[in-house]
Amino acid sequence: MPWNGLPDLKADSFGLGWDCHSHQAWQTGHFTPIPMASFLLHVNGRDHSVTDVAADTPLLWILREQLALTGTKYGCGMEMCGSCTVHVDGRAVRACNLEVAQAVGKRIVTIEGLAGKDGGLHPLQEAWLEHDVAQCGFCQPGQLMQAAALLAANPNPSDDEICRAMEGNLCRCGTQTRILAAIHSAATKLGTKGGAA
Amino acid sequence: MNTVQESLSRRGFIRLGSGLGAGLTLALLTEGAPLLAEDPGRPAGADNFVPNAYLRIAQDGRVTILSKNPEIGQGIKTALPMVVAEELCADWRNVSVEQAPFDQSVYGWQGAGGSTGVPSNFDTMRRAGAVARTMLVRAAALELGAAEEECRAEAGEVVHDISGRHIGYGDLALLAAKLKVPSADSVSLKSKTEYKLLGTRVPAVEGREIVTGALCYGSDLKMPGLCYAVYVKAPRFGALARSFNQQDIERLPGVRKALLVKGRGGDEDLLPGVAIVADTCYQALNAAEHLEVVWDEATGARDSWKAHVTQAQALASESGPTHHKRGDAESALKGAVKTLRASYVYPFIAHATMETQNCTASYAEGRLELWTGSQNAGSGVNAISRLLDIDKKKITVHMVRAGGGFGRRLTNDTMLEAAYLAMELGVPVHVFHSRESDMAHDYYRPGGFHHLEAGLDAQGRLCGWRQHFVTYGNGGKEVRAAGMGTDLFPLAVIPSFRVERSLLPLGVPTGYWRAPGSCAIAWVLESFLHELSHAAGRDHVAFLLELLGEPRWLDEGNLRSLHTGRAAGVIRLAAEKIGWGGPKTAGQGRGLAFHFCHQGHVAVAAEVHVDEGKRLQVQRVVVACDVGQVLNRSGAENQVEGSVMDGLQALWLQRITFEDGQVEQSNFHDYPLASMRMAPKIECYFVQSDYHPTGLGEPALPPVLPAIANALFDACGERVRSLPLTQAGFRT
Repeated sequence: MPWNGLPDLKADSFGLGWDCHSHQAWQTGHFTPIPMASFLLHVNGRDHSVTDVAADTPLLWILREQLALTGTKYGCGMEMCGSCTVHVDGRAVRACNLEVAQAVGKRIVTIEGLAGKDGGLHPLQEAWLEHDVAQCGFCQPGQLMQAAALLAANPNPSDDEICRAMEGNLCRCGTQTRILAAIHSAATKLGTKGGAA
Repeated sequence: MNTVQESLSRRGFIRLGSGLGAGLTLALLTEGAPLLAEDPGRPAGADNFVPNAYLRIAQDGRVTILSKNPEIGQGIKTALPMVVAEELCADWRNVSVEQAPFDQSVYGWQGAGGSTGVPSNFDTMRRAGAVARTMLVRAAALELGAAEEECRAEAGEVVHDISGRHIGYGDLALLAAKLKVPSADSVSLKSKTEYKLLGTRVPAVEGREIVTGALCYGSDLKMPGLCYAVYVKAPRFGALARSFNQQDIERLPGVRKALLVKGRGGDEDLLPGVAIVADTCYQALNAAEHLEVVWDEATGARDSWKAHVTQAQALASESGPTHHKRGDAESALKGAVKTLRASYVYPFIAHATMETQNCTASYAEGRLELWTGSQNAGSGVNAISRLLDIDKKKITVHMVRAGGGFGRRLTNDTMLEAAYLAMELGVPVHVFHSRESDMAHDYYRPGGFHHLEAGLDAQGRLCGWRQHFVTYGNGGKEVRAAGMGTDLFPLAVIPSFRVERSLLPLGVPTGYWRAPGSCAIAWVLESFLHELSHAAGRDHVAFLLELLGEPRWLDEGNLRSLHTGRAAGVIRLAAEKIGWGGPKTAGQGRGLAFHFCHQGHVAVAAEVHVDEGKRLQVQRVVVACDVGQVLNRSGAENQVEGSVMDGLQALWLQRITFEDGQVEQSNFHDYPLASMRMAPKIECYFVQSDYHPTGLGEPALPPVLPAIANALFDACGERVRSLPLTQAGFRT
């Protein structure tokens, strides 16, 4: 970081734990110490090493800025909108409020990993296209990840169960009725195929 | 708004509507976009067939259509290319759509506002496609040694029926490229009955990229050396930044630079504040948490919403200066057998686009490049040129996909911020607003206060109307988007009315919000109309139809004005589809409202249920639209469904308040959006009229609010005159 004359802080190990560095800011200033560390993350079926980041960095920003997985969106930063929804060990989780350290050793799936490895879309993605769900589209990756976790747990949800599951995923454009219809379509298709997502 | 107006009127094809207060109510004088950019007569390409700025055809037959306007979720990137493809007789499955370069000297206004995208470009897109089709047919005739009249285009090829031969567009591309381009008005256009693509349901062209997370929004851009900036502004509008803990901030991880920005605010200058530039967006956001700024608040706003409500009530008890009138409202009211008075209040609201405001800028060798999801980048370029003293010719804009607009991105604050930082620091900079910053520094839909008085004659007919509109203005001039059109229904059909207007001073910035001038005022007017029909003991639909009278254009000869017959048509259609007058269950109510704006005639009917604990369920909303010919049925329904949800949340949930010049809401916990559970069953009906197609981003929204409010009254007898409904205790 040549601009402000800070030492170039390099992490020296990957790890499940923190690899802390001292940092001038909290030696000379009055700020809370910010440990810098490296992590090994398992994302979309691959291992990724992330180096020299603050351990409390939200997973959202690690995905977007370190791994260039920008399908996971920032909407609110406080688990209010669901735009950053990813799967952590199969559960839908808001990546904006999950510290990277807590994601270590977990199976993380983002919107980029929702489709099959063969490039075939997930039935929900197909249903989203059939129903032409998106308007601005910004919240839709989060909506899809939330819906995918729902169908994995409950292959044939009722309207009420869908509404409950999708309660925390906001859409400013007003696509809620199409999302509801698309989830039903995908559930039907999955049922026909005889398996859950 | 000036800059939009300038850039449009300079081209002479568009002007602001009569209701200036209605903001982006753009009325089209002549058909829009400029034509087909290149001069006719020149050869059309070299390797590809490129007859004009809107399309090219490669030798493999691939058709690429360029979409000229910004895509903000309104579906323009699908709708306009469909028009080109229709006239081209292309096979839609073989069409790719690309964002056109930003060049208003070629494409005319490249913006998204006023629901103008479709009406102002429809004819140009048709001709762009028809020119290419004409040339391809000509090329095929040459190739086949046949007469042009014997050849016809269909699904990406030219067919010669007599010989049974056909040639694909790709095989004709090189030959067609050598032909001279005919003038745009010399080519024949299809009749509506020949359409195969227009009017069908076509999914958005970027759908696959959206559902796979691959679509690159403005905030997703990556480029070498890109730095990320947050720009922290004074919580109190108009306060100045005096100093901050620069050394501390610059020692934080990843922070490269923190700087104080003087700024004077307004549309043409930066807001005063502190910019923090870091290696990553997260580092910049994180550093802002540690920022300590000394603000000079002497110049800051002191606005208080609570005080405004009190002041407006006091003002309303007296008459105000006449703003607009017809006939003699006083005499008309004196002749009434029954008089009603009511006061309505609606709050400020925010845009809250899902993607917060952002812009990327890069400055090198005297040239500035910008990547923006702006709805009106031309205006941003003008402002940058003036403020940062750079020739407009040296500014290049790339239109990137925006995560929602709703009018927010008509204001180009982030373009200015990114340009300033890139030029000041000499590094490419992405300016990014946190949700809190986005919420606290929006350009809000202004609140408003309406005090109404109207009379009914012995037959229960509306006979006179007086309205005192207390709105916001400084120096005798309304602030942006705080006006009220003079041609709104029902004023446009009442023989005697007077609208008075008083202005409260305001320091909080305001801006255009979906259907400006109508989005809240329709709720006031159509709710009060329902109060009148109820007081008269009359059926509301019959009352509205009587008001409209005989079918006619209200502004004779102006095909863009309200047509009472089209209005009556949608009102009858909405009433029929909701089952108007039919049986209701306990706690159920129905309401209906009509509004005309942005050239669209829309009636909305709603069916709601209210229980004894004031729990509201909006069960069904029926929308009947007459917007002329519908281009993309799916996209049009998306706009209508979105308008219903947007209207519903503005009616029910949302308000921005401020005390001592500071906004009190900060994120979705205190500025909620509607959830799926609140969504009604939505039905869209389009009157299949032959009128010129008009826009649908806005006109379906305004009548949604009063339709639901009127249904609420029908269900439980409570007339809500102050929004949002949650303030009156209506629960979700």
